[in-house]
Amino acid sequence: MISLILILLTSLFFMGIVVRTKSLASGRKGPGLFQPMKDLFRLWEKGSVYSKTTSFIFRIAPTAYTASVLMAILMVPHGNHPGLISFNGDFVMFAYTLAFGKFLLIISALDTGSSFEGMGASREALYSMLVEPAFFILMGSFALFTGQTSFQGIFSLLHFGSNVSYMLGALATVVFVMMAMVENSRMPYDDPKTHLELTMVHEVMILDNSGFDLGLIQYMTHLKFAMYGALIANLFIGQLPLGLSIPLFFVTQILFAIAVGLIESFRARHRMGHNPQFIFILSSVSLLIFFGILLLTGRFI
Amino acid sequence: MERLLIELFNLLTLAAVLSFPFFKIKGRSFITLGVLTVQVLIASVTAFSVFSNGQVAYSYPGSWITGIIPVRMDYLSAWFILVISFTFLTGAWYGFHYMKKYRDQTANLTLHAVALLFAYTAMVDICIVQNGMAMLVVWEIMALSSFIIVIFEHEKKETMKAGLNYLIQSHISILFLTIAFMWVKVKTGSFDFTAITTFTASQPAITGFGLFLCFFVGFAIKAGFVPFHTWLPLAHPAAPAHVSGIMSGVIIKIGIYGILRVLLLIKTDMVTLGYFLLTISLITGVYGVMLAIVQHNFKKLLAYHSIENIGIIGIGIGLGCLGIGYGNQILLICGFGGALLHTLNHSLFKSLLFYCSGNVYQATHTMDIEKLGGLIRKMPHTAYLFLLGALAICGLPPFNGFVSEFFIYSGLFHGLSGGHVVSILFFLFAIIGLALIGGLALICFTKVFGIVFLGTPRDQSIKVSIPEKPMSFIPLYLTGLMIVLIGVVPFLLASFLVETIQLFIPSLDVGGYLQLESLLKMLTSVGWYSMGFIALTAVLFGIRQLVVAHRDNLEDNTWGCGYTGNADKMQYTASSFVRTYRKLAEPALLIQKEKKEASGLYPEDISQVTHPGDKIEKWLIDKPLSLIAKGLNRFAFLQNGQIQAYILYGVVFIGLAILLPVIIDKMQLLIQFLNQL
Repeated sequence: MISLILILLTSLFFMGIVVRTKSLASGRKGPGLFQPMKDLFRLWEKGSVYSKTTSFIFRIAPTAYTASVLMAILMVPHGNHPGLISFNGDFVMFAYTLAFGKFLLIISALDTGSSFEGMGASREALYSMLVEPAFFILMGSFALFTGQTSFQGIFSLLHFGSNVSYMLGALATVVFVMMAMVENSRMPYDDPKTHLELTMVHEVMILDNSGFDLGLIQYMTHLKFAMYGALIANLFIGQLPLGLSIPLFFVTQILFAIAVGLIESFRARHRMGHNPQFIFILSSVSLLIFFGILLLTGRFI
Repeated sequence: MERLLIELFNLLTLAAVLSFPFFKIKGRSFITLGVLTVQVLIASVTAFSVFSNGQVAYSYPGSWITGIIPVRMDYLSAWFILVISFTFLTGAWYGFHYMKKYRDQTANLTLHAVALLFAYTAMVDICIVQNGMAMLVVWEIMALSSFIIVIFEHEKKETMKAGLNYLIQSHISILFLTIAFMWVKVKTGSFDFTAITTFTASQPAITGFGLFLCFFVGFAIKAGFVPFHTWLPLAHPAAPAHVSGIMSGVIIKIGIYGILRVLLLIKTDMVTLGYFLLTISLITGVYGVMLAIVQHNFKKLLAYHSIENIGIIGIGIGLGCLGIGYGNQILLICGFGGALLHTLNHSLFKSLLFYCSGNVYQATHTMDIEKLGGLIRKMPHTAYLFLLGALAICGLPPFNGFVSEFFIYSGLFHGLSGGHVVSILFFLFAIIGLALIGGLALICFTKVFGIVFLGTPRDQSIKVSIPEKPMSFIPLYLTGLMIVLIGVVPFLLASFLVETIQLFIPSLDVGGYLQLESLLKMLTSVGWYSMGFIALTAVLFGIRQLVVAHRDNLEDNTWGCGYTGNADKMQYTASSFVRTYRKLAEPALLIQKEKKEASGLYPEDISQVTHPGDKIEKWLIDKPLSLIAKGLNRFAFLQNGQIQAYILYGVVFIGLAILLPVIIDKMQLLIQFLNQL
């Protein structure tokens, strides 16, 4: 429960910080912290234009996508406090629920019969496929480390005792940050601000969505960032009392948002054809963590 | 009681077949459907009574060749009989409608009906007969009858080729099974399955492993493990849709039944066996789905997915074996539980997908994905049912595929948290493999559903001919209902599953019992959360509908960058959708490209065609075969067409056969004589 409220709160200002950081980095003053949310409210009040080619799939996909992200967020714990949904192996359901939303969003892009949207859909499907093993290796390493198989069990026992384990925490953070960038189609993998359909991933997939649905899809980006931020925060919260863990949570989220803003300001987008190779880095870093943990726990002879 | 039911079950087939001459073709179809339905009822009643009253065992005296033929129906048999019966019921029902337009081919259709009845009866009998020789006979009946139901359209050259390929491979499978049974028979003098246990228990582990390998190759050919998978992608597109559904749903599962049965009987080093199964299944799973993505033929693509799912089932079985080997009960429960459940689940969603593909074929007369599009408007029922099947096969919640994959995942993650470095690495690779399979299946089914059913038709020459008939959808909806039911209330199956899994556990201690309990609780919670997920989606969609209803909504063309003309030809196609993936996976695949590029000032039509091939088939099957053919060609001179020469061969053969013992005898004498010197 507590993590749900915290994530929903964070989602309100997260993108604001990202946008502000980007503005400051490029020498502009930038809009207020809540401007992205205000834009969304405006979208939610607008009417929609539907393509004549589309079917019911196109109408329900944004909602199903929203439901899948919300469902996934319900599983994220806050350190020792479990999420609303918590059982052994919940992170498997976490990943597969997100995949469900993605499945519907991809077919809704193909529903429009547009060549651009098929392009985006194809790329999104491939990239999310490539990210999935990294997530499972990472969770597998933590399961190996803690002997637990639920989010809450893993995060409450994940203590960083020695120097080596701090390094592993840092590596895991890197993986989560990169994963969030891929999943939300942000900078080094995709440039949401580009204006050429041929070079986009996520934005070109939702070209035909408008009004309320577009607002939902865009809000999901905020929520997913906050969700990955919560996972990163969980790496460090452990069993801290709420008085300490909640400020730590927000500090982590803000640092994460600033990091995202800085990455977007100072990195160029990868060449589209080389994106898969870059995403493989995620899996290899996760494998590094895995072998690190094997070494740490003394199982590696 | 059960004995009577089973005998009645077998006699019904004969009665039905014998009654065929007295009816017209329409009557025969009704008899086939009716008798099969009654048989399914009998089989299900028997299976349920086994689950509630315990196992059934009785025996027939048999002959001097077979020895006593024991018939035992334990939980494993009952589980598989239920799986087989359900798919045959929906398959026969669907086939009844599917075959209506072939009713003018009287003889052909009658043969098909006879073979279908025999195939079902034989498959159920395979699950209960526990005598090697008798099982081989029943197995042969199944192989032949399934060959006949595959080659319904035998006037097509492709179909006949695929059918013969299937027939030959089934017999290679029988060859291996025969060797295995003979091995046991020679050593123990009995064809009874229990002889396998007594034989392997008294031998070193390596003998047991060798015997298992013999059985495994035999059953793996039927199940479609890589590299024995090559008949699947040929036979499935050739068969009529309901047969493809039955084949992919249950005929290949009889291989899984065989492997599980042998695992119950054989006593050997389960750890080695587990690693062996895990490795081969991982390769099967990943390779199957990797090839599935690049296919353009609807049914061929689904056939490759069957290979992938056999891989997932195999991972479960391998995990279970490791559980037995290491004495880790949770691994055992998750592994075998996942494998058994996935067997059921795959039979459901794969048969549904094949029935949908059959509808598409009957409406459009093509299976080429590239030419289709926009079918959701013309055949909405087929489209939504296919979507259901597609979501389930990708293992996405809240459908049944997720439940069984979740089982296997929990076992693998549990395995990670204990054990030593080798097992941990194996489990990690299995997890990576499963995650990859899931992601690749997602690409594949977004492609199929998106291209075939969404957008606009890509080839205007294809006309959708027949409207959908409501009656023919009942079996499809029934299957769909089962998919959703298992997804949201998986604990309904729990008691059956537990009883079946317990067969593999020699003795369930208190700790194991608690773990089983906690696993069932997990199953319950997964079901509840899946239900919650559906409810959440429904509520959100309700809110969205309320909000959107108050806004001004317009309809317009799809955004085309300012281009407003006909954009049907500009849509993304299946090949373009998977192009990025194809580039990435190119080294592992075998893709022939025919490309005609634009050149000159006035370029002519350009085109690109890709033909996906199978690298493992090329290197492990085709290459050795061509080498063998080359070697045998050197003896072609023997086949010179002269009758005198052939008679000479015969005389030489008979002479050798008679003289050989004498010659050997003399040789021995000579050797003894030399030794004495």
